[in-house]
Amino acid sequence: MLKERLKSILRGSGSPGKTEPPRARPPARPPLKSGQKETCRTRPSRGLEQFFGYFRDQSGLSVLDLGGVFQENINFITSLGHKFYSEDFLRIFEETFGAEPGDQSNPSRIEYFLRQSLNYPDDHFDGVLAWDVMEYLAPPLLSATVDRLERVLKPNGYLLAFFNSAEQAEPSPYYSFRIQDCANLQVTEYGQRDRAQLFNNRKLEKLFQKFGGLKFFLTREHLREVIVRK
Amino acid sequence: MSSMSSMPVGRLEPDTSRGGSASIGKAVKIVGQIFSREDLFVDGDVEGTIELMEHKLTVGPNGKVHAGVKAREVVALGTIQGNVEANDRIEIRKDARLVGDIKTARIVIEDGAYFKGSIDIVKPEPAKAAAPAQRPAPSAPATPAPATMQASVAEAKR
Repeated sequence: MLKERLKSILRGSGSPGKTEPPRARPPARPPLKSGQKETCRTRPSRGLEQFFGYFRDQSGLSVLDLGGVFQENINFITSLGHKFYSEDFLRIFEETFGAEPGDQSNPSRIEYFLRQSLNYPDDHFDGVLAWDVMEYLAPPLLSATVDRLERVLKPNGYLLAFFNSAEQAEPSPYYSFRIQDCANLQVTEYGQRDRAQLFNNRKLEKLFQKFGGLKFFLTREHLREVIVRK
Repeated sequence: MSSMSSMPVGRLEPDTSRGGSASIGKAVKIVGQIFSREDLFVDGDVEGTIELMEHKLTVGPNGKVHAGVKAREVVALGTIQGNVEANDRIEIRKDARLVGDIKTARIVIEDGAYFKGSIDIVKPEPAKAAAPAQRPAPSAPATPAPATMQASVAEAKR
């Protein structure tokens, strides 16, 4: 009984406070299913092109990449003269909520997660590359994350995010995104992961309602590339 | 390599006559400031600061550095938690973990490495070419200087 009580305290189901979940070793990427290979391809990205188009002829900006760290992304962003920030958002998500995330509504756990992943001052970033990480967040956590992103972006800062436009809840490929140039991405598919919810245009408009402007680009792979401006 | 912990005196000067690099084994823990005038390999625990301005720091696979680091070059195979400044380059290998802000001229990160923080690329200023010796161009005086003053200046220049 004591063991169960201890577990529930560690999960944060007790009073919200400074209790933090135990730190797990950063997990590896999700294993590929049998017969599945890691696939890699390059595709054009209108969203990426627009995102960096807004920063054309500027340098010294601060850009946050939530997709983990890749040499290509560092090279591209720093070659433009910008400062590169990296967070492995999904790794921190798995450390906080587990490999098979269940309850993402616990306030203290959400707060812990945001402290680990987005602990930055307000109005700090000119741009945020969220890629597809938001697809895996359940509504309470997603809402808190979007609020935090809105705070850490500077006024007139931009956020680029990808959402699958499939209309059925099904496991979707888990990708990494490497910038080849200002209009092309190398997309590597590692395996599959369950999406937390489905997104349509209306839902996305509501999600980003605190932002000033919203633009959609639909790709051939049924992906919505969304740029929001603070 | 010199190490200053809480002791007020007794700063050890490194013995550079042997060449090679100094190393901190995996069973060693140091809390304090490390200053080195040779390359350093850390496979143990270090808390504090590490400075090797003209040399290379390698954090081995067992190494855990909770310190601010300044070096010419840094290679991480283990864990670094702290800000890192490398004049030349930083390399973060596949199973390494670096949490902190990086300032360097070049960076190499292998796939699989964990990094959390910021990267500021600072290219070194190109060495200025030695300017040929030039005579200072004589500036036309606004008003003609008195003869005595001009003579004394000419004598000073000789």
